[in-house]
Amino acid sequence: MSNREGGQNPLAVPYREREKSVTMEALDQGQAPVYGTELERDTELFTLNIGPHHPATHGVLRLLVTLEGEYVHELTPLIGYVHTGIEKSCEDQSYWKVIPFVERMDYLSYYFNAMAFCMAVERLLDVEVPERAQYLRVIHMELNRISSHLFWMATSILDFGAISFLWWGIRDREMTLDLFEMSSGQRMHPRYFQVGGVIEDIPPGWVEKCREFVQRMPPRIEQYEAVLDKNEIFLHRTRNVGIVDTQRLLDLGVTGPLLRASGHSWDLRKAAPYSGYENFDFNVPVGTVGDHYDRYRVRIAEMRESLKIISQALDNLPDGPYITDNRKIALPPRHELATSMEALIHHFKLVTEGFRVPPGEAYAAVESPRGELGCFVVADGSSKPARVHMRDPSFVNLQSLKDMSEGTLIADLIASVAMLDPILGGIDR
Amino acid sequence: MPDATGLELIAQRVRDELGEDAVVGTSYYRDQATLEVAPARVRDVLEYLKLRDQEPFEFLSSLHGCDYLPDEPRLAVHYELLSMERVERLRVKTRVGVDEAHVPSVVDLWPGANFQEREVWDMFGIEFGNHPDHRRILMPEDYEGHPQRRDFPIGGEPVIFTFNENEGPRWYE
Repeated sequence: MSNREGGQNPLAVPYREREKSVTMEALDQGQAPVYGTELERDTELFTLNIGPHHPATHGVLRLLVTLEGEYVHELTPLIGYVHTGIEKSCEDQSYWKVIPFVERMDYLSYYFNAMAFCMAVERLLDVEVPERAQYLRVIHMELNRISSHLFWMATSILDFGAISFLWWGIRDREMTLDLFEMSSGQRMHPRYFQVGGVIEDIPPGWVEKCREFVQRMPPRIEQYEAVLDKNEIFLHRTRNVGIVDTQRLLDLGVTGPLLRASGHSWDLRKAAPYSGYENFDFNVPVGTVGDHYDRYRVRIAEMRESLKIISQALDNLPDGPYITDNRKIALPPRHELATSMEALIHHFKLVTEGFRVPPGEAYAAVESPRGELGCFVVADGSSKPARVHMRDPSFVNLQSLKDMSEGTLIADLIASVAMLDPILGGIDR
Repeated sequence: MPDATGLELIAQRVRDELGEDAVVGTSYYRDQATLEVAPARVRDVLEYLKLRDQEPFEFLSSLHGCDYLPDEPRLAVHYELLSMERVERLRVKTRVGVDEAHVPSVVDLWPGANFQEREVWDMFGIEFGNHPDHRRILMPEDYEGHPQRRDFPIGGEPVIFTFNENEGPRWYE
């Protein structure tokens, strides 16, 4: 255990030493200024702190960069600035109240966080999710994927210097937020997914509005591609920049568009389908080189595939219940409360105490816009989880930033952060 | 997912290769296979499962800690292994007590375990031997205690100002 005096941990490394700037005096004395590296005498290193409050770091990411001229010599990400202890807080909430907490982790893909948690709890409860609920979940998750990728595009291309993309991306994302507001009442963090299904059926007119969005998006995506694909500056800054090979990415645990851009076709929706993804016809876009350009292409192509999935799900949306009819888990319908004493008791028990989950452990993973989002839940038999852990893809993927940017120019580092698409709320939790 | 029989076969192969004491037990619950191993042997088991087993699990998808208070040994580290080729998952789990919370690091097998082991150290106080960068990751570096332990008090954390910055937050004692 470390404390203010320090030095109690036998495994401690002198990280304060590592983070020091390098002076000419130290070089003259022959001390290797950067931990573990041998430097030539006539090079001068410069340590630069980027962040945590910097618009190009997509949140409160702090990067400690040692520069050799304009080149990145060494890079250390320092995180924890928005650590809010959500996992700890979840241990003090009943299961249905955990959902709003986990939704606030990765704040651009809230439906996926809720989905991973609900899947883990459903696995522990061994409860069936009705087919209509599965389809509604898929539609909302794919809308969320599009909105997340649009926001990625908006902020990332902004980092390349094209400010118009910020307005265009947010303009289109607004349409998905309107749909979320219509179905759940909230634009972000909607608490729409519940254990056993979704909280409410979609309102009349939602399907038509969603179809309108599905029709409006393809030409928009084409416009964005038309601007970027022929832009010489963008191509120069993305092609053959930040290449990391597939094996290294796998060793680092990187998943999602970053892995697919390097040519590996791992996608949980295809490989281990959940929530009825096996019913849809869609492709998994992959890259060939694994540079920033491929990462951009993969994400743009994923938006098209998501639109395909939404369109099929709307066409084949089955009728039936939107949440499980197991009254021990899901709230009874509102109208039953007026006539059924039993329903009233169930309602009271669920709202005050929540449902109990038999002891056990479960890990459930979904394919979020950033990769494998896994949720690990330990139940101890009470109505509160004993442990909730989110394997957040941003947290794991961040480690590949070092490989992407060491040896590149500092301008490419900003591009690498943008193409990594880290969400600090998910990294720090 | 390996089924219950498949899990026993994996456990038997590990026992044959690394000795009887390496595997503590197996459990199969809700279609999930869990292999419980001795804390000192966890790196050997994972190395075997990654590199030498006839059905290898080459990808470490998650590494996380857990506190099973009031059960003993209290703390645990979970390794969620994945085989992308066979689309199978295996959870390797090791339990350690609070007083002997040491587990060998697997960063040399999976560099991606670096941040996740640091998080487990930060939150649960489990030390990872031979970790290349063993320090806190999410909490401030001078933080006292490991907040994800179940006996860690909630709330009441004092704000540190200049006048009391060297006193240390005694509230945790």
